[in-house]
Amino acid sequence: MKRSLATRLTLLATAMGAFAALPAAAQTPPATTGDTPRTAEVVAEVSTERTVIAVPAFATPTVVNVAGLSTGTLGRQIADVIAADLERSGLYAPLGPGSVRAITMGEVRAPQFADWQARNADNVVHGFVQASGTGGLVVGCYLYDTALQTELVRQGYEIQPGDWRRAAHKCADAIYSRLSGESPFFDSRVAYIAESGPKGNRIKRLAIMDSDGGNHRFITNGQALAISPRFSPDYKKIVYVSYLNNRVRVFIYDINAGTQKLVTESGNATFAPRWSPDGRQILYSMAVGGNTDIYRVSADGGTPVRLTSTPGIDVGGSFSPDGKKIVFESDRSGSQQIYTMNIDGSNQQRISFGGGRYATPEWSPRGDLIAFTKMGGGEFRVGVMTPTGGGERLLTNSWQDEAPTWSPNGRVIQFFRTSPGREGKSTLWQVDLTGVNLRRLPTPQDGSDPSWGPILP
Amino acid sequence: MTIRKTTAMIAAITMLTVGACAKKAPDTLPPAPDGSGTDAGAGTGTGVVPGSQEDFLASVGAMGDRIFFDLDQYNVDAQDQATLQSQAQWLARNPAVRVTLEGHADERGTRDYNIALGERRANAAKNYLASIGVDPSRIDVISYGKERPAALGSTEEAWAQNRRAVTVVIGR
Repeated sequence: MKRSLATRLTLLATAMGAFAALPAAAQTPPATTGDTPRTAEVVAEVSTERTVIAVPAFATPTVVNVAGLSTGTLGRQIADVIAADLERSGLYAPLGPGSVRAITMGEVRAPQFADWQARNADNVVHGFVQASGTGGLVVGCYLYDTALQTELVRQGYEIQPGDWRRAAHKCADAIYSRLSGESPFFDSRVAYIAESGPKGNRIKRLAIMDSDGGNHRFITNGQALAISPRFSPDYKKIVYVSYLNNRVRVFIYDINAGTQKLVTESGNATFAPRWSPDGRQILYSMAVGGNTDIYRVSADGGTPVRLTSTPGIDVGGSFSPDGKKIVFESDRSGSQQIYTMNIDGSNQQRISFGGGRYATPEWSPRGDLIAFTKMGGGEFRVGVMTPTGGGERLLTNSWQDEAPTWSPNGRVIQFFRTSPGREGKSTLWQVDLTGVNLRRLPTPQDGSDPSWGPILP
Repeated sequence: MTIRKTTAMIAAITMLTVGACAKKAPDTLPPAPDGSGTDAGAGTGTGVVPGSQEDFLASVGAMGDRIFFDLDQYNVDAQDQATLQSQAQWLARNPAVRVTLEGHADERGTRDYNIALGERRANAAKNYLASIGVDPSRIDVISYGKERPAALGSTEEAWAQNRRAVTVVIGR
């Protein structure tokens, strides 16, 4: 992205006569009681525990085509994406553009609150799409409280037409943050492995998509087995393991250039790569003669630093968000368990003591929790514990749930779920930190190894 | 003993076939195989190239290209040693051949750990072969973790077949 997406609409308004000319002042909604009781009919179709938010299609002052996209069609599509984001959060019951009336441009800043109260909407989202005059689009995003009849969110985004989904996610993020008090997470991306083919000879391709599955793109062609990708914090690169030329090696793939380079030159297998939070360093594991240890190296190359040295398998790892500590797994005790250490390898401490085996630790972006895979009782389950090993909670319950990755705000965890048997497949799922709102992510093929990146700038 | 007999026959056939290139060609043809000899046919009329993967498999027998491991283990037990000894005999007769030892794990482990575990198993096999005289520089090691199961079910039997180290001929 060359331009910052989060341009405040107030700034745009001064620069754009069309927007400033909106007849907002002419609209004065009638007074309402502010606590209209819900009808039984609506309560039956949406959960009473979720806030009802009406999301009518965004208005457009004039339907024009920008880069082949109609602003009228985009108004509907943007509202659809916002409603889907809000629904997927599990906190809200959106009434999307398919179930509520469209709005006029004039209503954008002067909502007909009585209409939305009549639909039992606690909040209503309004917005518009219009040509920017420079070949781009301007998207306005407003959130209102229908009872208080107040404006809660006002944002505008000047975007390239192909980025219209990002404008929708940014709007959904603003709504989510304002209403929940949490940090945003919709406008983010996921790298993962797309899988196809028979179980004994799976084709595994590096792929990327938006957090809702949109803008899906395959990166590698599947000729070399690809596993365990991680987006760089700036989303420009992906570190992953490729079996190119029948070797196991960590590569950094440059998304814009379409080229890749080795992270480190070695005759040994290198795998399980992770970025540091600032994107400057890479953690990886290397197997030498049957013994695997964890190393850290500059993302630009240089001499790796060996961080572990115990006999056995020390593997994986994840940086704390402040970049000062690493959580990793080791079988030095006789079975896979989770340990923390300083980034220079000092002060290695086991933190998992709950029985069973623990693997794939991932530090929350908020720093307060570590997600993991727990193996025991014939199942793999995803759970969380504190960085000192307390408060263990399991969030999923299935045959094989593996490899959690955190949403940018640390509230949602994605993972992959494998089904047993000869036709067993892997698919991507997500669950709230509270263990509810379990959902499958849409992908064009099967999927594994999800890696959720940070919020986009 | 069946294996020994077969390998002896393969050895004879190998010498016959490569004899033209050998510094000391045998003065006489090797003795004809005893019995029907049909099980030695890998090198005779079937076009199997000595030193090839097919030749190797014919020598070590069905499943003789691999050893198996217990859950989360990588030790080479007596049965594994016998299998690897048979492989070593063929490797001794084909000194120019290089092999890859592929280490594998079953699906009941996490991905990264299983790569480390598969590498550990392949190295255990490599180390044993080296200990009985195979030049370790002839052996490459690669771990596939749980990426390439041989048995596709999700049963104890399938998993036991997938916890393996497989020797594959990669050429000269």
